[in-house]
Amino acid sequence: MRPAVRCFGLAAPLLLAASVAHGIEQGEPRSGIAFASPETRAMQADDTANPGLFWVLDGEQLWAKREGAAQKSCGDCHGAASASMKGIAARYPAFDDKTGQAVDLTGRINLCRTRHQQATPLPHEGKEMLALTAFVGFQSRGLPMAPPADPRLAPARAQGEALFTQRMGQLDLSCANCHEANWQGRLGGSPITQGQSNAYPLYRLEWQGLGSLQRRMRACMVGVRAEPFDYGAPEFVALEAFLATRAKGLPVETPGVRP
Amino acid sequence: MPRTLINVPKTAKAGEIVEVRAMIAHPMETGQRMGVNGAMIPRDIVNRFVCTYGSEVVFAADLWPAVSANPFLSFSLRAKEAGVITFSWTEDSGAVHVATADITVT
Repeated sequence: MRPAVRCFGLAAPLLLAASVAHGIEQGEPRSGIAFASPETRAMQADDTANPGLFWVLDGEQLWAKREGAAQKSCGDCHGAASASMKGIAARYPAFDDKTGQAVDLTGRINLCRTRHQQATPLPHEGKEMLALTAFVGFQSRGLPMAPPADPRLAPARAQGEALFTQRMGQLDLSCANCHEANWQGRLGGSPITQGQSNAYPLYRLEWQGLGSLQRRMRACMVGVRAEPFDYGAPEFVALEAFLATRAKGLPVETPGVRP
Repeated sequence: MPRTLINVPKTAKAGEIVEVRAMIAHPMETGQRMGVNGAMIPRDIVNRFVCTYGSEVVFAADLWPAVSANPFLSFSLRAKEAGVITFSWTEDSGAVHVATADITVT
């Protein structure tokens, strides 16, 4: 079943014509939480009210669970996540030597599963994968996004930037048309935001659950009536690599809360 | 067993009004949605929440299908004596999930 199309698309060309283009000034990225209502901000800030913490707690259990033919848990190699995973999510996507490609956190967890645990990869948007990425991301909460200065990531970042500015879909809109040129505006009553990637995976009230950055990007692609890439597609990893450089310096908020 | 997150202050002065929060991880499936095969997804919600302080019921609520997933409830109660605060959520299936917290009153 295709995800439901949100009907905000029609207003977009009118809005683009009416508003002045504001590029994001250098060194001034703004997290999506800055655009949220005070209630949503309070929900994210309070660990007893943030439903994303349920996934973090599940992830903590999965971290210690022995899996696969090797009967190893994440903790058997990495030790306590509070020490070994601190700052990791802030640095992803990173370059994987063996495959010679950029990998995001989800991809890295599945590589760990197949290489070291000899287990089957987890489905991208499944509860277990979201719990693990939320738990690993949670260890970096509050730390600034710090994409590594790895020249091998340059091709992926360049591809991501090209995709970010490439018009697509029946509405012929690029990510940048909204999230660079019109992030101060509103669309269908909702703030557009800069499309920053520092709070994923996050709890979206509309989803009634936790979702990954790729789910968010797929929803945007469906919104402009483009054919979304598959989960885990290299295009999405490239976009994530570019978005990480764009969000540099913003604090990691995992698990964020958004409307 | 669904997870629960509760927040009760550990200590309070006698007569003080304290805020209590309770959240349960639950899909709150309304029964109005269709699954991938066209069949209706059966209703599965938490329909009753009760909070007891000692032996007295201090807060109770009926929940309905329009309540969001992972329902979060926040309310106040007056600290009278040291005791156990018990939270219970009852599902449509009749299953009851219970969480407890101790409060010390000075």
